[in-house]
Amino acid sequence: MSGTTSKPLVVEDGPRGLFQVARRAFTDERILNAELESVFNKCWLYLGHESEVARIGDYLRRVVARRSLIFNRDQTGKLNAFFNTCPHRGAEVCRDARGNTKTFVCFYHGWAFGCDGALKSAPGADRYSADFKAQGRGKLVPVPRFSNYRGLCFVNFDPAAESLESYLGNAREYLDLVIDQSDTGMSIVDGMQEYAIRANWKLLVENSNDGYHAATTHATYLDYLGNTHAKGGEVALSGVGRDLGNGHAVVEYSSPWGRPVARWIPKWGEEGRKELDAVRTHLEALHGPEKAARIALKNRNLLIFPNLVVNDIMAVTLRTFYPLEPGYMNVNGWALAPTQESDWARQYRLDNFLEFLGPGGFATPDDVEALESCQAGYRNSLESGAEWNDISKGMGMEARYDDEIQMRAFWNEWNRRVSPALEAKERQA
Amino acid sequence: MNLPSRIEVEDFLFTEASLLDNWKLKEWLALYTPDAEYQVPSTDLPKDANPRNSLFYIADDFPRLEQRVIRLGKRTMWSEYPRSKTRHMVSNVRVLDANDDQSHVEAAFCVYRTKWGNTDLFVGRYDYLLRRTAEGLRIRRKRCVLDLDGLRPQGRVSILL
Repeated sequence: MSGTTSKPLVVEDGPRGLFQVARRAFTDERILNAELESVFNKCWLYLGHESEVARIGDYLRRVVARRSLIFNRDQTGKLNAFFNTCPHRGAEVCRDARGNTKTFVCFYHGWAFGCDGALKSAPGADRYSADFKAQGRGKLVPVPRFSNYRGLCFVNFDPAAESLESYLGNAREYLDLVIDQSDTGMSIVDGMQEYAIRANWKLLVENSNDGYHAATTHATYLDYLGNTHAKGGEVALSGVGRDLGNGHAVVEYSSPWGRPVARWIPKWGEEGRKELDAVRTHLEALHGPEKAARIALKNRNLLIFPNLVVNDIMAVTLRTFYPLEPGYMNVNGWALAPTQESDWARQYRLDNFLEFLGPGGFATPDDVEALESCQAGYRNSLESGAEWNDISKGMGMEARYDDEIQMRAFWNEWNRRVSPALEAKERQA
Repeated sequence: MNLPSRIEVEDFLFTEASLLDNWKLKEWLALYTPDAEYQVPSTDLPKDANPRNSLFYIADDFPRLEQRVIRLGKRTMWSEYPRSKTRHMVSNVRVLDANDDQSHVEAAFCVYRTKWGNTDLFVGRYDYLLRRTAEGLRIRRKRCVLDLDGLRPQGRVSILL
């Protein structure tokens, strides 16, 4: 057994107010392999939103945890997730990013499959055994588990996984607050932000619901709000952090920025006030004043373990990210919005999104820089005295939005899954 | 207006590129009209995508572009301080058509950004609307359409393309 990997990856000592994560968790290839096995092969992973394949025959290709998948709606309206590989010799049967089709045809030898994955035809079928199809051969292989929570579709590569509902657990309340923004349903807006960060994927987990970094990392964004937004009605950043169990966590807080659902700011003028008053009144009719106020005024940065971020902030973004190497991840970002909202609301929502979020926003690029800077610092991760991250903020106190309880929730679940897998690998080695 | 000559347009675009590579961003901003738009669409969108109903990487009106330039001048813009080195290569310039005081110009671009030992390439097509003003040509709209599948590994468009 290797001497360094037998040391704990997470250390918690409540009485001392101490919570440490070993920095080699961000740099060690063996730990990444243990994560692939014990996290990405075992947990429910976000695939896509049902609105992306709204019509019969709609499909898209999507990479999830290194697999190439097809996400589609078949002729009966049922949603499916298949491994994108021909059962014959393996070529990808879906080669367009998205589209609408009745059949997927493998160009290599011409096998054709229905939207339900069944083999429709294969050239030279008479040269296969007469009961080829009856044996169940020649079909597209569905992912072991597929489940849809109110439009959010997930896959799980572990056939024995618990149900999605049970896995989401307490996080469902927060997903509901996002989805209940609209009684006409929610949809993904056209346009996907695909980018990469030269940093470990868990740095983006931490960053996505980190209230502590806003004042410093995003100083220029806050300057921008101050420069451009008419005065009046400013609201300070303030709120709570919560451990939701199963590694899920959330921060919920008020903020100075406007929200298209539905917090008006003076910059949006009288037209905007009318729009948002109507939205708010409708929310109150649907949900009562208390829940309507929570939906409208509070921001939520939600992590669904391990890698789905739902940030309901100045706009709603969904984000997933996957490690390719310990120090490199691919990120996918989407905008989620009420399916039916006014042109005004859609435009201001996207304006708000781009102000802060994404690779060209006034905030995300600085997050990317911070994460890459952490990863650069982890070149020292094996040096005595420099091996640990401190994740103790707010321990033993009532949790605030800018504490680190939400990160401890993630790390405890991560450690529960990854450390035994790593030790098993070390024993085998 | 009469079509500006390709030489005139090239001189103008090369000046713009030089201002960007020398980080003379206030001078760069002065090349834009008060109703200017500066856009970088997401890479999966169709050619005619509209930022009012589709998610772009960047869709600035002039006030936000001005704020972008202000932000790029600050030491607290961590992603561009220390500043990256950039080189804007502009070629294949074509003046497509013109009406009233505006002309439609296309050009190919390669923008190199170097920072922290990484050199990243942004490649694509510029789609310009140029306006003839008393001060010379000015940019009414610049759309930078990336010939990429995403920003991998670039990770961000924190510079101006």
